[in-house]
Amino acid sequence: MKLIPKDDFQEELVIRPLHSGDIYASFQFRTLWDTDFMRENKVSHYRLFPKSLGQVISKFSVRELHISFTQGYWRTMQWGQPFIPSPPGAELWVWFQDSVTDVDATWKELTNVLSGIFCASLNFIDSTNTVQPSASFKPLGIGNVTDHSFLRYATLPREIVCTENLTPWKKLLPCGSKAGLAVLLKSEKLFHSSFHSQAVHIRSVCQDWQCKTTSWELRQTVNSVFDLHNSGQAKREWSLFKMFSRTLTEACPLASSSKLYIDITDNPQGEQFELSPATSLLSQAVVLGDRRTFSVYDLTQETTFGSVRSLNLLIRWKSNEGEMLRPLLHAERYVAGYGLQTGEIHTLMYNNHPYRSFPVLLLDSVPWYLRLYIHTLSVTSKGKDNKPSYIHYEPSKDRVKPHLLEMLIQLPPNSVTEVTVQFERALLKWTEYPPDPNHGFYVGSSVISSLVPSTVAMDTNSTRERPLFSSFFPCKEESSYFVRIYTEPLLVNLPTPDFSMPYNVICLTCTVVAVGYGSLYNLLTRSFQIEEPNPGLAKRIANVIRKMRGVPPL
Amino acid sequence: MLALLMLNILAYMTPNPDKTQIIIHLLSVISQNSAGQFFSSGHTNNWAVLVCTSRFWFNYRHVANTLSVYRSVKRLGIPDSHIVLMLADDMACNHRNPKPATVFSHKNMELNVYGDDVEVDYRGYEVTVENFLRVLTGRLPPSTPRSKRLLSDDRSNILIYLTGHGGNGFLKFQDSEEISNVELADAFEQMWQKRRYNELLFIIDTCQGASMYERFYSPNIMALASSQVGEDSLSHQPDLAIGVHLMDRYTFYMLEFLEDIHPASKTNMNDLFKVCPKSQCVSTPGHRTDLFLRDPGSVLITDFFGSVRKVELTMDAINLTDPIKQMEENPVNGEEQKEVYSYADQLPVSEIIHQKPKQKDWHPPDGFILGLWTLILLVFFKTYGIKHLKHIF
Repeated sequence: MKLIPKDDFQEELVIRPLHSGDIYASFQFRTLWDTDFMRENKVSHYRLFPKSLGQVISKFSVRELHISFTQGYWRTMQWGQPFIPSPPGAELWVWFQDSVTDVDATWKELTNVLSGIFCASLNFIDSTNTVQPSASFKPLGIGNVTDHSFLRYATLPREIVCTENLTPWKKLLPCGSKAGLAVLLKSEKLFHSSFHSQAVHIRSVCQDWQCKTTSWELRQTVNSVFDLHNSGQAKREWSLFKMFSRTLTEACPLASSSKLYIDITDNPQGEQFELSPATSLLSQAVVLGDRRTFSVYDLTQETTFGSVRSLNLLIRWKSNEGEMLRPLLHAERYVAGYGLQTGEIHTLMYNNHPYRSFPVLLLDSVPWYLRLYIHTLSVTSKGKDNKPSYIHYEPSKDRVKPHLLEMLIQLPPNSVTEVTVQFERALLKWTEYPPDPNHGFYVGSSVISSLVPSTVAMDTNSTRERPLFSSFFPCKEESSYFVRIYTEPLLVNLPTPDFSMPYNVICLTCTVVAVGYGSLYNLLTRSFQIEEPNPGLAKRIANVIRKMRGVPPL
Repeated sequence: MLALLMLNILAYMTPNPDKTQIIIHLLSVISQNSAGQFFSSGHTNNWAVLVCTSRFWFNYRHVANTLSVYRSVKRLGIPDSHIVLMLADDMACNHRNPKPATVFSHKNMELNVYGDDVEVDYRGYEVTVENFLRVLTGRLPPSTPRSKRLLSDDRSNILIYLTGHGGNGFLKFQDSEEISNVELADAFEQMWQKRRYNELLFIIDTCQGASMYERFYSPNIMALASSQVGEDSLSHQPDLAIGVHLMDRYTFYMLEFLEDIHPASKTNMNDLFKVCPKSQCVSTPGHRTDLFLRDPGSVLITDFFGSVRKVELTMDAINLTDPIKQMEENPVNGEEQKEVYSYADQLPVSEIIHQKPKQKDWHPPDGFILGLWTLILLVFFKTYGIKHLKHIF
């Protein structure tokens, strides 16, 4: 009898009503497997863990893999902080094991394989948009060694997310999209939202609080924000059926836990919104520096579904009041300047804490065709110069690698920090332009990693019983929590040549040559003779009569 | 009686991890005659290469054309692993689409050809002439995933469908490059020489489409086009809510024709040639069968649009292996001193600051400048004589 290591699957959905009337829904599906992909005997019996990802991990000696596909931009000021942040487009960052000898070649092969698995154009990731961050993107899983030469980060801001990416993503789940929470993932509703992000995160985690053994964790997450006005309703009322066009009928039979959390922290007495069917299960969790209260629906219990055997949650808003907790850190980025030669990139970081300052690590990866003038780099807070305590800059090389700028900046309390750098636009070779060059060229989002002071004590125990949304980022100290923010991507116009110019030039030149040379040739080579004009009819008849008479003609 | 027997499904193609619609033919109803016919067609597997070559929102109809053929081909049994779908632009999740994640073929949004289960292999900027020819000839870089390859053999029937904007002898890819009919004919000849197909059906829906198959010279190719040389292929109908034309006429009527086909139907190619006469299409569809060995009347539609699964009956019982059990949790041994793991620190500020050694400005060694000037003066006076000394002091 063959023995396979234990595996476990959990699923959860967190619904958080936002103050603007929108709804933030966050799905997380986690598979834990106590196997070892790195040993010599190949793993051959896959049960809950998808085989395609398991083979990727063992073939490319992956220590950690994070890939996300996002449509839309997360608006921190209106929606707060997301549970799992992601930049617009596609983002991929991978930590390889120490045993990998040629990281770049392995990275190239890995991106090609992933482009086949997720039906995305990840094969466009090459050395011109890959960077090796020197201090950001520390591993989120188990790891004592952090040699950054095994880390690669790349982003494709232009990448589109659509049903063709959701389809293979759903097929990685143990229950597929047939049972459990994944039945709610219908593409027509998910892509008609203000923000949609789907991600896959693979890492090693501790098996228990002693952390003597590790297991592999695969998290598949979907974060969506549904717009009130998009759904065409004037009433502020949400139900699972309206959001997802489905209701829940059962939990995934392979799941050990299947839960639905509704965030009711702003609604302790039910004065903001009303939740039906009511539930008595409550749970508290500390997430993103705040203690939140949740109503819990346990889908593994038969009683949750009631007599109709389906759960259609209804949230009816009663009042518009209520202050949203202002996020302590948020950032903006824009391009300033005019014309097609130069420009300036401005990144603004807001620290909204009244009296605490905290450090942020800013990572900027700018493509080579925007030539940054690093001597114009300036970091100012409250009008005064703010010297970063750590700067790492890797200059770009034309057509080989992009700029990499990493800075550790201390943000003073209640202030705006502005980072500006000037750039010049390069003229590309005419074959390097995409088929629609007048759309512009994208510059990937900046990544801001920070330890933000927390209002309540964070939970540093890494136990498995915590809900999934609160255990994504590991927590080492109680007074602060780790957060990662992405700014907007930039769309920059490069000087674009007129692609019809060769055709026009050929036409014009050929015309000029034909007309000019032809006329000149005729003038030079033809001889001229004077020709009598044809006499009129009357004269011709008169000449004929004269010829007959023998008289000389007129 | 035969229903009580176990059907052992033998797939000639490698099983793919995705769900496959396996058509189980109950051989109890097939008499000896049709069993012979069932196994006499020359091919054992089916492939489809469906390409849309146009970019931009106003070319919505080309994507809808390709997706409607994709939908028919999937419905008739060809699995995603055997379909190479290339769409040059994204219409479903385009920001101009009033109904995201949908692509409609009929006005009033009757039929969503995009569906919920679609896998696009080449999308956006990847749809280029080079990639198309590499897929056909099989000359792809070694790291290309399987879903992007055409892994056909000499017993494969391949359906190739192209749509976009074209002219006399060329087809435009993405508004920036063209493929000519000579290149296409040479690619098919390479495929024939490397035995990459058994029979090939080539359908093209562009303006002057017939010019694209004029140059073929490899055997076993049948070609259909939506218009003759000198004629334009026209689009079918606009939808006022979406704002663009939804389909081209030829593919629209071909879709209607294919909707009536089911996996076991016996319709043959002569019916496909009659699709969209001049009265409906305004252009004259053309076809070419001189390179094809069999008579078109004996070629079934499902030979190219459907998929073949061979089924073998067996009378033996098969023993299944024992179920796989999960390992029990090992009790932690007190003697073993395993190392304790821990999570990495996400933002170790002091470590980061001390990562780079402080840059000290480099000064030349002490006395170096003084010595350098002394050397220069010495050499000068040695060369030109001591009398110049008075000019210095």
